[in-house]
Parts: sequence; C-alpha cells; structure tokens
Amino acid sequence: MAGTSNIAELFTRNLRQSGIYIAFVFIVLLFTALTGGTLLSPGNLTNLVLQYSYILILAIGMVMIIVAGHIDLSVGSVVALTGAVAAVVVIREGLPWWVGIIAALATGALVGIWQGFWVAIVGIPAFIVTLAGMLIFRGLTMQTLDNVSLSPFPSEYQQIAGGFLNGLLGGPGYDVFTLLIGVLAVLGFAVQQWRVRMRKLEYSQSVESLWLFAVKVLLVAAVILAFAWRLANARGMPIVLILLAALVLIYGFVTQRTVFGRHIYAMGGNLQAAKLSGVKTTRVNFLLFVNMGVLAAVAGIVYSARSNSAQPGAGYMFELDAIAAAFIGGAAVTGGVGKVQGAIIGGLIMAVMSNGMQIMGIDQSTQNVVRGVVLVLAVAFDVWSKKRVATEK
Amino acid sequence: MSDHILEMRSITKRFPGVVALSEVTLSVRRGEIHAICGENGAGKSTLMKVLSGVHPSGSYEGEIHFDGDHVSFSSINESEAKGIVIIHQELALVPHLSVAENIFLGNEQSVAGVINWHESNARAAQLMRRVGLAENPITPVGHLGVGKQQLVEIAKALSKNVRLLILDEPTAALNDDDSEHLLSLIRELREEGVTCIIISHKLGEIASIADSTTVIRDGATIETIDMHADAGTSPAVSPDAATHPDADRPHIGEAPVVVGGSQQHSAALTRRIIRGMVGRDMANMYPEREAEIGEEVFRIQDWQVRHPTQPDRMVVRDASLNVRAGEVVGIAGLMGAGRTELAMSVFGRSYGRDIRGTVHMHGRPVKIRSVAEAIRHGIAYVSEDRKRYGLNLIQDIRHNITAAALNKVAPRGFINTHEEITVAERYRESLNIKAPTVMSLVGQLSGGNQQKVVLSRWLYTEPELLILDEPTRGIDVGAKYEIYSIINQLAASGKAILMISSELPEVLGICDRVYTLAEGRITGELSAAEADQERLMELMTAEPETAEGN
Repeated sequence: MAGTSNIAELFTRNLRQSGIYIAFVFIVLLFTALTGGTLLSPGNLTNLVLQYSYILILAIGMVMIIVAGHIDLSVGSVVALTGAVAAVVVIREGLPWWVGIIAALATGALVGIWQGFWVAIVGIPAFIVTLAGMLIFRGLTMQTLDNVSLSPFPSEYQQIAGGFLNGLLGGPGYDVFTLLIGVLAVLGFAVQQWRVRMRKLEYSQSVESLWLFAVKVLLVAAVILAFAWRLANARGMPIVLILLAALVLIYGFVTQRTVFGRHIYAMGGNLQAAKLSGVKTTRVNFLLFVNMGVLAAVAGIVYSARSNSAQPGAGYMFELDAIAAAFIGGAAVTGGVGKVQGAIIGGLIMAVMSNGMQIMGIDQSTQNVVRGVVLVLAVAFDVWSKKRVATEK
Repeated sequence: MSDHILEMRSITKRFPGVVALSEVTLSVRRGEIHAICGENGAGKSTLMKVLSGVHPSGSYEGEIHFDGDHVSFSSINESEAKGIVIIHQELALVPHLSVAENIFLGNEQSVAGVINWHESNARAAQLMRRVGLAENPITPVGHLGVGKQQLVEIAKALSKNVRLLILDEPTAALNDDDSEHLLSLIRELREEGVTCIIISHKLGEIASIADSTTVIRDGATIETIDMHADAGTSPAVSPDAATHPDADRPHIGEAPVVVGGSQQHSAALTRRIIRGMVGRDMANMYPEREAEIGEEVFRIQDWQVRHPTQPDRMVVRDASLNVRAGEVVGIAGLMGAGRTELAMSVFGRSYGRDIRGTVHMHGRPVKIRSVAEAIRHGIAYVSEDRKRYGLNLIQDIRHNITAAALNKVAPRGFINTHEEITVAERYRESLNIKAPTVMSLVGQLSGGNQQKVVLSRWLYTEPELLILDEPTRGIDVGAKYEIYSIINQLAASGKAILMISSELPEVLGICDRVYTLAEGRITGELSAAEADQERLMELMTAEPETAEGN
C-alpha cells in the first residue's frame, strides 16, 4: 500500500485524535485574545508549566488506567500522602532532601501495591478500591502530619518544582541554554519523524507527501522554538518541564511501542479476548496500579516542592482534573482507546482555560461551571464520533 | 389480493453512499411461514427495519401494504400497534427481571401507572402455556437457558396480539432440541393464524418449515420460491453425505429429520436457495481434500473438568482423544455437552476447576497451566463467540492479528510497528480479508472477515494444534466456503485440527474423524466413512451407562 495521503485524509483518518489538537489551538487563540496576549507572555507561560505540571504527571498514569478499563479516584489523596511522607522525613526528621524523595516514591509504590492487590488479584472493581483508597490515604495523610502543615522544605527540594536551569551558558538578556534545549528538541523531533518516514517507505507503507511532511515538521519546530524563546526571556528552563518531557517521551514509548503497553489496550478493548490471547491480565493490572502510585508520588513531590509545604488538604480533587484530562484527550469511557499525548493535550486545555480565566479575573465558581461544561462536551464529541464511525459502516 | 397479509412493493433504501435495498418486493401470504434468505449484508435486516418502522416512512421509497391497507410507519410503536412484531437475534430481555415483567415490559398491566401484579403474572402464565414454557412467571429471565428465553420473547410478542411475527435468526444460538421445539411452536402459531417471517442461515431448517422462501442478494429480490411446489431445476444432484443419510441405517426417533417432501426434493430446494444467495451454483458446499495423515500431534487422556462455581458438577468426564498431523478431527455434541468446556480447559485452564488428566504433545506429556503456556506448546484456540472472546473490536486488524504472538514482532519487548504491519498485510492478502487496509477497525468488518482476522491471529502463533470452536457460526455461505478452504490448507500443511461444531453437515463435510460428546463423555469415535447424521445424533444423545458416579 505504498502511496501518499493528503491533508484531508490526515485529519479525517482519526478525528478523535486530531480533533483534540484543533480544539487546543482554538482554545489557546481564544484565551490569548480574551486576555489581551497575557496568556502567552513569557512570565505566564512559565507559570502555566509550573502550576499544572503535577496534573499532567497524574494524567499520564490516569490515561493508562482508563485505557485498561479502570479508574483511579485516589490519586489526589496519594499526592497528599506522599508529600506528607517526604515532609516528615525531610523537615521533621531532618534527613537529606533526596531521602525524602525516595521515601515518597516508596510510599507511592506501596500504595500502588495495595490497590493493585485488590484490583488485580482479588478482583474488586477499581472504582471501589480507589474510592476506599481516597478515604484511607487522606486519613493517613492527616495522621502522618498530625493534622498540621509542615514547612519549609530545604531549598534543594524546592528546586524540583521551582528551579530553573539557566545561566549555564549565559546569554545577553535571554537564556542560551533554554534555547539550546529547544533547538535540540526540534532536531530530535525532525530526525525521529524522518526515520519513521524512511522505515515506512522501507516497509512500503503509505506516507504523507514530502511537502506536507516538511510543513508538519516546520510547524512543530516553530511552536517549540517560540515556546523556548518565551521561556528563555523569562526565568529559563524549568526543571519540572524537563521532568515532564522525559515522562511524556518514556510513557509515550511504553504505551505505543512495548508489549506491556499493547497489552493495556488489548485488555481495555476486550478483556476476555486478551486473556484468551495469553495476556497475563493480573500482572498487567497490578503493574498499572503500582505505576499509578509511583506517578502520584512524583506529582506529590512536585506539588509539595512547589507549595513548599505538606498540608493535610493537599491534592484535593486532583483526581478529577487528571480524569478530565484523559477524557478530554480522547480516552474512551469504556476503555481500550486513549493516548498519553492526548491526555497531555487534554490537561493543557484544562490548564489554559483555568489560567486564562484566572487572568481575566473570573471567579472560581464560574471557572468550575466552564470546566465542567467542557468536559461534558469533550465526551459528547467522543460519543458522537463513535456513532459516526458506526453509521459509516 | 386479500390473501396476502403483507406486500412490500419496490422498496428502495439508500444510506449515504450505499444503496442498501433496490426495488425489493416481498409478498407474504396470510397464515404462511415465509423465509428470507441471503448472505450477511444482503439487506435482510434493513428490509425488516423498513417494515417495522425503525427506518421511518419517508426515509425509503416504495409502498408497504399490510392487510390490504397502505401503511407508513414512523416508529416501532406504530408497527406493533398493527400487530407486526420483530424478535431480534440478540434477545432484548432484561436478565434480572422476571419472565412476567419481561413479557409486559413497555406494556405493563397497570391501572393509572400502578402495576397489577396478579393480573400480570396470571396473564403471563397463560401466554407461557401457549408457547410451552413450563416455568414460574416470577423466575428471573437470566436463570433460563437461551432456548427458553427465546420462548419468552415469543410470549412477549403474543401479548401484543401479534399478527405478523418476524424472527431474525431465531435458532442461531439454540441446540437442535430447542430449535426443533421452537420450529414446532412456529408451526402451531401458523395454525392459530399468526403469519411468520423467519430469517435464517440454516437452510435445512428453512426447507423443513417454510411455505415459501424469498432470496435476497445484494439488496435485490432474486426470487420467491414456493417450497411445496416442484423444486424445478437441476434434477441431476449428486447425493452427498450431508443431506442424504444412508438408506439402510436404522431411523432414530429423536433425530431432527427433515420433514415436508422427500429428501431429494428438499436437497434440490436447498441448492436452489444457495444458488440464489451466492449467485453461483455451489455443487459442493465443502471443498475437496486429500487427507495425508501423519504422526500423532496431540492427545489428552482421562480428562476431567469440574464446573467453576459448582464443584460437584462434572462437566467433562474421562475424555480421551487424539489428533494427528494433517488430520481434521471433529467434536460433535449438543449444546451443554461440554464441547467448549473441554477445549477451554485444555487451552491453559481457561475454564473449570480441579482439572485432571494428561495432555501429550508429540507423544510427550506436557504441563499447561496458562494460556501463555498453551500457546508456547503450539496450541491455538479459536473461540466460539468471536465478539466476546476473540476480538478487540475497537482496535484495528493489525493489532488483533499480532495479539497472541506479539513477541514475534517485539524483540526484547519493543514492538517493531513496521514489521507488524507487514505481517498483518501478509495475512490480509493470504486469507483474503476484505478491508481497505490493516488499519481498519475490526468492528467494521463482516462476520466472515472478522473470523479470518481471528484465524490470522492464531496462524501467526504457528500452532501445531488448532482448536476451532464453531468456526463458521453466523457466517454467510460464501465466507463459510472460504473458511473451510483455509482449514483444508492448514491440514494439508501438516497442522492438526480439532473442530467443534453443532452443524452436523459441516462435521461430516470436512472432518476425517469425529468424536461424539454427550454429557461430558466421549460416546463414540467414527471415521468419516462410517459417520452419517443419524449415527452421530444417536451417539450425541446417548445416555451414559453408569448413573452419577463422581
């Protein structure tokens, strides 16, 4: 099936996935206009990354859980618990900051083992297990902290969420290092895309025409470089952005290119069929929840570092933001469909909307209404596009 | 023409880009059983949707006359008010509600919205007697078998004062006993004046029950055959084992013998229907094959399986069987005989508990504790219900094909997607899967093509033993032939094939050797030469000699 596909085909082939990018661009443009350009100002862009990074980290794990046909309602409480453990270790016990990080990650893994045990081995629906987890881990957070906030963290710990890599190469008014990272990202993307294209041709599959390919790469390059330029003009490259980028690349690869990832989709699409095809469903489910626990711990570390404290009420309702991000990003309610990159875009849509509305001075209650409506519309679009596929048959 | 209860004239129904029905004409006489035959996708269901108002009037061209009146329904409610009731293949019953509640669902026996339970249950009991369903009206429907659920559907139809009953594949999920019961009920309803339209793939059934048959192909009426008149064409039909039991075998009473006209006559009718459906003369429904049988590949000995939730129920008892290279071995048994349970318990203990017995591959005993181990030992199992147990319908063909042998395209756990596509393309071509690309979603394929995707998946595991559980269920005649050809090619390439089927003609048509299964026991083993439908049926219904000995 060698040949080239045109633009229309590129978009319509998977409306579910491409629709989300179009929506994202639209929302960014809308809020840029509504905020008079403040949204894309260097300072705000940096702020946006810092403020929503933990939701995006949670969304990565959540979309995998949702694809497998489960849900995790406990991540907000786990964020609080892991942050609390880190705080107790570092602030109360006075141990080095990296011991706190290890302790938090270990706590997240234990939480995952606990929930994975009930979901994968005992077979209780994840909704119930994680609903219970939401209560259990919130309670444990309060006990760990004796119901008071702990602060401040040492500055090394704070750097995780508030730190920037800048000045490494100096720069006249803007950070050269940040720009270098941006250029490297563009080169990496271009090389990777080119290799995929070459491999496709080698296996005689269809590819988009060369000029379309060039336009695509140039467009992405322009966005990345513009973004890097903005960051370079503010405070430089946030450490948390590097962390986030690494997680997106790793989990994108895990979900799309590994046997483990494929098994997640197979289970969500048809559990019985997956079992009868030799998928070790118990193992995959267990690992998924351990993974979610660890990612929630990462989010917990970032959140506590950013707020420079551990609070009993931390992470309240984070699970709902993460779930919303996954669904807005095209995950199917019944499982089997969804992508990490989609969840990230979904999370960014939520972030841009919240941030934009904050800049505009819209109060919290209205913000909630708007975000709720967007969530419903996103899933309605998903349902509609599924029906469309069904009637096309 | 008052002797016609229904006339559909020149019905044309267009979907965006497709003409589903073009100028279809259907005339059904009052009080007859009228069969509609056609391949999957020929337009049978669309025609029934037009008739019942699912596709409202105005969305199609043509006229419908019911009982002499020109009618135009815009919803199911309107057609039901006239007494046209359709029973779909997938039953529309609520498992947790009682039989009575289901019968009157949407039509509750109530006064001012308050349900009169005595009235409901009494009337339900009455209706249940009419359909021969000996159950308590307050039994939850989920506790009944599929056969009885089908009767509940009919009782529900009767409660609506049905005058024209449409049954879509009513016996597809039923065993022979339940089918026979259902068919005789339909005959009784005919005596009571209910006209029936029956859509079926089972041509033997149609030959036995229908008064006339309309054949539809590619959205057009091919012909309407009067089943009582002369078959008319092709007198030179060669007798084959499938429809012509040896004359000198003793007749078995319970066996579902084709009634209505001579064997010769119904065979000729069947051929005529098939010719109409596929547009070609299929002299032989089963492709020829020269069996070259080699060494034993697979053997189970003293296999025992207990029910997963009722440990005192033995589902398979002391079963021993073997399959040799290049051989197609059939397992014939009625529903509930333990066929699927036997296969799935062998396939990595996917069914049952307390499984005992030994499995030998190539003469050596092997331990198989999981599906992954079964696959590693070269066993593949194509399940009976491909939508539930076989396919990931929301994924594309490619992912479905590599699902069971993903490691082959994923050295060190990383998937080579390009190699994966190449593999999938190879199977798409060699098995003739009709889809534009391997990126097409499996849910959008027809039954036959879906089955080929499942077969591809298991072929890619390079099995030595392929267990096929009802491989042609719900597949139209043309695709069946293709599936049979694939099975033959596999056997010719030296694979051992174990085929479970409830269609005896199919078992006789393609197997070299047949085991019969009754109540979890192997009751007989016949070579293709010694087997015929009646002999098999006799063994399949054999009573176990020893009473309950766990």
